[in-house]
Amino acid sequence: MSLKTNLTHIESLEDHKSVIENNENVMVCCGRMGPMCIPVYDVMEELENEYTNIKFADMPFDSPDARVIRDLAECRNFSGLPFTVYYKNGKVVKATSSIQTRDQVTSILDEQFGK
Amino acid sequence: MDNHFDSIIIGAGAAGLTAGIYLSRAKVSTLILNEGTVGGQLVLTHEVANYPGVEHVSGYELARTMKQQAISFGCKIRSNLKVTSLQLEGEIKSVEINNKETFTAHSVIIATGGKSRMIGAPGEAEFKGRGISYCATCDGDFFQDKEIIVVGGGNAALEEAVSLTKYASKVTIVHQFDHFQAFEHYSDEAKKNEKINFIMETKITQFMGDEKLQSVTLEHIPSGDLSEMKIDGVFIFIGYVPNTESLEGIIALNPNKEIIVNSNMETNITGVFAAGDSIVKRFRQVTTAVADGTIAALVSADYINNIKKQSEVLV
Ligand SMILES: Cc1cc2nc3c(=O)[nH]c(=O)nc-3n(C[C@H](O)[C@H](O)[C@H](O)COP(=O)(O)OP(=O)(O)OC[C@H]3O[C@@H](n4cnc5c(N)ncnc54)[C@H](O)[C@@H]3O)c2cc1C
Repeated sequence: MSLKTNLTHIESLEDHKSVIENNENVMVCCGRMGPMCIPVYDVMEELENEYTNIKFADMPFDSPDARVIRDLAECRNFSGLPFTVYYKNGKVVKATSSIQTRDQVTSILDEQFGK
Repeated sequence: MDNHFDSIIIGAGAAGLTAGIYLSRAKVSTLILNEGTVGGQLVLTHEVANYPGVEHVSGYELARTMKQQAISFGCKIRSNLKVTSLQLEGEIKSVEINNKETFTAHSVIIATGGKSRMIGAPGEAEFKGRGISYCATCDGDFFQDKEIIVVGGGNAALEEAVSLTKYASKVTIVHQFDHFQAFEHYSDEAKKNEKINFIMETKITQFMGDEKLQSVTLEHIPSGDLSEMKIDGVFIFIGYVPNTESLEGIIALNPNKEIIVNSNMETNITGVFAAGDSIVKRFRQVTTAVADGTIAALVSADYINNIKKQSEVLV
């Protein structure tokens, strides 16, 4: 079960572990192919060429292994898809809930990972 | 990218993409500049069931196909940007975007569509995704056995209120008037539903909580009385506004801020056309946006050809 995007797909706990361990800076958008999620994937696809120091990935919210994101303490109070999580050296540095604009995403990327 | 085009389209929703398809196919060099995701409101639509020729399609798939069609004919599309300045008078129009790049063209088609109206009360932005939602299909299941408010009195609000009773233990519809604007069958269905109750002539003036939404302040409009209501979630469906703020004072708008056009989609400025949900019209649908986009493209192609012919004669 993978999402219809051009991003790197995370489909299992193993994929997730490998992506966050093998990349210093990672942004994972965990969602569905829905109205609040698609704009975030779209922004990420565009930013992939600009922010080559960051790995951009998606994960289907309904896959059982997505609990690795759903159950994060940082997402405890979230009630809007997608859950977007930013990792530095394998650690969560920021998480957002619901749709985000390109400006909102880039300001987090610049703040957390530098350009 | 060469920065001069025959035509620039502002907005890549159904109307703008259709105009892009027609113009590019007619070998009119075309650039679409879009704020946000290509597809516009189509992307917000889980399923489009009334687009002729396609029984069921997600709005996203439909938008993606339209985008691919436009690109296949040579249309250039730039998205997730901001148009910062527009110069629409004269034979050469220019459009500047947020990175200071400027594009010029003989004609401009404005297809900026519309967006969800926000309440604008303190706390709304802060609790988005932490109790406040604008999409029942996306976020309804986070409110299993919870008490929620649905704000609005139109078709979308009442239909979504009913659909949210699948999850929520109680749904309170808060509406600013003493009657609903929705079709009768939507309001009848909501009134029949035992989980739904109504607070009329009332608006939310503040969203409050700690890390997530916990309560709202309600104002009874006729009396001005304020009360606090504990709540787990609020879904907001209070209609759409045309995306024309940046056009005020530049192009003729009606009092609802919709662009005034004639039946050829021509605005009050020569060489500037408009199409889709941002224009004055009664029915805002994908089919009507596509129809407007077609007309705007064909009339502007004629306009561009005439300009080119005239300049050949002068040479
Ligand atoms: C939830 C929902 C469900 C719907 N369901 C249906 C349905 O089932 N069937 C149906 O026929 N219709 C449906 N509609 C209506 C339909 O989606 C719209 O009428 C149609 O898509 C409008 O297309 P448009 O191109 O005019 O505008 P939009 O889709 O709004 O596109 C405008 C584009 O312009 C961009 N833009 C805005 N301002 C600027 C600017 N200043 N500079 C650059 N770009 C800008 C926007 O970001 C957007 O991408 C639905 C709408 C919604 C919200």
